[in-house]
Parts: sequence; C-alpha cells; structure tokens
Amino acid sequence: MLRVLGIETSCDETGVAVYDSEQGLMGHSLYSQIKLHADYGGVVPELASRDHVRKTLPLIHDTLEQTGMGLDQLNGIAYTAGPGLVGALLVGAAIGRSLAWTLDLPSIGVHHMEGHMLAPMLDERKPEFPFVALLVSGGHTQLVEVAAVGRYRLLGESIDDAAGEAFDKTAKLLGLPYPGGPELARLAERGSPGRFRFPRPMTDRPGLDFSFSGLKTFALNTMQRELAPGLKLEPELAEQTRADIARAFEDAVVDTMVIKCRRAMRASSSKTLVLAGGVSANRHLRERIKESMDKEGVEVFYPRPQFCTDNGAMIAYAGWQRLRAGQCEGLGFGARPRWPLEELSPLD
Amino acid sequence: MKLLAIETAAEACSAALLLDGEVTLRYQVQPRKHSELIMPMLDDLLQESGLKPTQLDAIAFGCGPGSFTGVRIAAGVAQGVAFAADLPVVRVSTLASLAQGHFRQSGCRRVLPAFDARMQEVYWGCYELQESGLMQALFPDEITSADKVTLPQGGNWHGVGGGWLSYGETLATVIGSGLKSVTPDLFCSAHDIALLGASGFEQGEAVSADQALPQYLRDDVAKKPANPIRFG
Repeated sequence: MLRVLGIETSCDETGVAVYDSEQGLMGHSLYSQIKLHADYGGVVPELASRDHVRKTLPLIHDTLEQTGMGLDQLNGIAYTAGPGLVGALLVGAAIGRSLAWTLDLPSIGVHHMEGHMLAPMLDERKPEFPFVALLVSGGHTQLVEVAAVGRYRLLGESIDDAAGEAFDKTAKLLGLPYPGGPELARLAERGSPGRFRFPRPMTDRPGLDFSFSGLKTFALNTMQRELAPGLKLEPELAEQTRADIARAFEDAVVDTMVIKCRRAMRASSSKTLVLAGGVSANRHLRERIKESMDKEGVEVFYPRPQFCTDNGAMIAYAGWQRLRAGQCEGLGFGARPRWPLEELSPLD
Repeated sequence: MKLLAIETAAEACSAALLLDGEVTLRYQVQPRKHSELIMPMLDDLLQESGLKPTQLDAIAFGCGPGSFTGVRIAAGVAQGVAFAADLPVVRVSTLASLAQGHFRQSGCRRVLPAFDARMQEVYWGCYELQESGLMQALFPDEITSADKVTLPQGGNWHGVGGGWLSYGETLATVIGSGLKSVTPDLFCSAHDIALLGASGFEQGEAVSADQALPQYLRDDVAKKPANPIRFG
C-alpha cells in the first residue's frame, strides 16, 4: 500500500491531493490565482510565488482534513519540480521536500507534463500503454509517443507559441478579460463558421510540428480590416464580427490539431490517443478530435475537465507511479524550469 | 532550549542547531545552490545531535529582507518542518541577524546593516546591542534609496553588509562623522538567526507553521498595464 501527497505550484494554481494504491484519489484541493493576475493581463511570476508560499500549507491542511487522515498516514510526497516558473516551483519543492524529511518519507520531483499526460488514469476508464498523447496547455503543444510511464518519444511540438498561449494572446487582442483562452472559446460559440478562414499552419508539409504565432497575427490583421473605427459598425454587428473572428481562430487551431493527430495515429501502431493539458478542456477540440478519431478506429481519452488544468491530483498520481517503482530522490531539492520529457527515466 | 535555524536569503546558505546555549553551525557560500544545500545541512545537524525533529522546541528562519526566492526557500522549509513536527516558528529579520553577527565577530554594539535591494535602493536597519547581549531594532527595517535612510541619534555606528559595497559613499555621506567602520563583506548566518530566534521564542513571538511567511519589504513588484486597444 502506498499513499502519496501531491503538491503542484508550477504556475498560477496551487494544487494538493492524496492518491492511494487501493482507494485511488482520496482528496484534492485547488486554489486558483486567476483573480490575482487578471489586472496584469497575464501571470506575474513574483506574485505567483508569493501566493504559493501563503496558500500551499493551508491547502495541505484542508486536503488532509477532507480525507480525515493525518500526516502520519502518508507514505510518500510528490511535488512538481518542472517545467514551470522557477520561483513558484521552488515553493512547492521546499515544502514537499521538508515535509518528507521531517516525516522520514521518500519524496520525488515530478515532471508537470508527465502529470498532465497521466491524468486520464485518475478515471475509471483508463487508457492502456502504448498510446500517443497530444499535450496542449499554455506552455506546451506536443505530440508524444508513450510506450510506458517514463518512456517518451517526442513526435512533434510547437516551434513558437503554445496553443494555449495563442488562445490567450488572441483573446487579449479581442479585448477579452484574462485568462482569455476559455473566454475566446465562449465567444466563438456565437460565431458563424466559415465567415472568415484562417490558415492551418504547417499542415501543407509533412511532419508533426506546430506553429501558432502566425494565427495571432492573422487575427490582428482581420480585426484591423473588419473592425476598423472608420467602418462605424453598429455595436451588435461589431460583436458578431468579433465572435466570427474568434470562431475562425478556434476552428483553425482545432483543425490543425486534428490533422496532426490523424497523421500521428496513422504513423503509429497504437490505436489510443490521449488528449491532456489545459486546452484539452476545450469542448470544440474534444468533439472534433473524437469525431475524426472514430473514423480512424482510434480510441480517445481525456481527463475529466477539472483535471485538464493544473491540479495536485495528477502530481500525486505521477509521483505515486514513480515512488511505487522505488524511485526517490536525495536530501537536496531543486526546480527545472526547462525539462524535456524525453529526459525522464523509465520505471524499470 | 532546542531550536533549529535556517538562513537562505543571502549569499550564504546556513543552518544552525541551538542546544542548551550551544550553537552548532553548517555554513556554505555557494550562490544559487541553497535549495540543494539546506536539507543536507539540517539532516547533518540532527544526525550529529541524535535528535528527531519532533524533539525540538521551535524552528527559526531568516524571513528577509533578501533574495525573494531565497527567503521563500527558508520559509517553505520552515513551514514543512514545523507543520510535520508540530513546532512553532520564529521569524527573524535577516538585517537583525547580520547586526548580531557583526557584534558576535567584531564586538560592534551599534550597527547599521544594509543589503543592496537593486533598483537604486537598500534594505536598511538600525540596531543597538541590549544588555541581554542581543541586537534590537531602533526603527523598523525599511527599503529606501541610499540618500534617504533613517538616521539614528548619536555616533559610534558600524556599517555592515553588501549595501555598503553598492552605496557606501552615499550612506557614509548621509551618516557623516558618526560612522566608525564599514564591513561590506559579512554575510547573514543561521548562528545569529538561532540566537535571536531563541530569544523571540522565549518572548512569545513564535507563530504557527502556516504563518511562517517572508517579509519582503518591497511590495511593488509588478506594474499594471494601461488599458489595451480594443477593436470593435
């Protein structure tokens, strides 16, 4: 039996959870800093770190209370060691590592994207290895071949902006409040498909890399043309145009990901696709991937919506996998703001 | 009195165990290695003493001012140990610890510790030795430009800390003939965090683990952007 406390502090959410071999996820808590950063139009790293050092311990306390257990009923500690904001990561690492030392427990620094990738395993219907994973978040857009925990091969990634980043930046151009991605998706629901057509970047050549920064520029040019003050648009008409632009942008991102996933699955012997990371909560993306993969005979898995964005549960689970295999670390701790997935070690 | 002290806010990483009046210290000057060094230091001290964390009376840590990340490493470690071992925590000013260290090493009784706070400012303190043998602040620690430091009364002041390296001339001009010596190359040590922490604990200043928070002094760390252009 192994029961692991997981701590996530890599960006702007503080997450804590407990995962147990027999009982699965026993409890989890999340504190989001969205309001703190909203006035700045993006995450301010120093403010994020300051909030994590105030919130992490109270969240650990709450999570233990939720599960009705004491610290003495834990067998291991996992915390996010990277990639992410170095100052924010170090808060979780310092607290996680010192808890483990004091309680005389093993601990492990978890890779944030491995956490996302394994998050569907927290549900009853779990994907089986091997699979292909599309990891889409504010910081990453990657297609990864997953043979087993820790056995990863990068198939393709964004050469510039991550998909979530492109969503947020375009949302900002559209004047939407932070965090813009989900707001843009909401606005796109009201847009008419096909009024504008954005390019599908890098789909006209072989390969599985992505590029999203051009779409943001395309959106800006479209706005300058269609929403120019000289046009003196009626407010409703301008609002419809903004929704139509949001729709065209979202369609382009989703289409591009569908095309790349289809390509990746056709080249792979696996018939399972995992979709994970913050952007995988996008309803339109989920539906279109599912629809396309059904035709290919590929089964699609994604985490439940609350575990698409950053959370402690996925860190507790990924840490549990590694601690269970006997992996743990020494007394020192650290943070790796950049940390390629491929550098992770397999379980055996 | 059994107290474990942590200091990672400044140039040196250090840990100290105060055991019935005796201080044992681990101290290393290795910039940006604090997160790798601090836990092995704590482990080493407790192994040597044969104590378990739960047998301690309190944790003390250097709560700042200093490197934001460094201060948070100390706060995070103090929180984790204190929460897991159910111990109270004493927050100790890093400026106070430097003043105390200057007395301990050079016998200086009136000390003006200063750290470079960047952006043309200094973290600044004004300390005087009490009969107890411990330093006490005459003014609250502050952050200010070097030419606007709060001036103590009287003379026989001794400057200490990296702030005197960066802004020594300005500080010396402001203080004038009351300044007796300047020692810019002394760093904070957990030894002095332990001494001041023990006294704070005895005076009932300890807080619970979740209140083991940094004192940054600088709070204007981000500017809000002007309203963006909105199309339509």
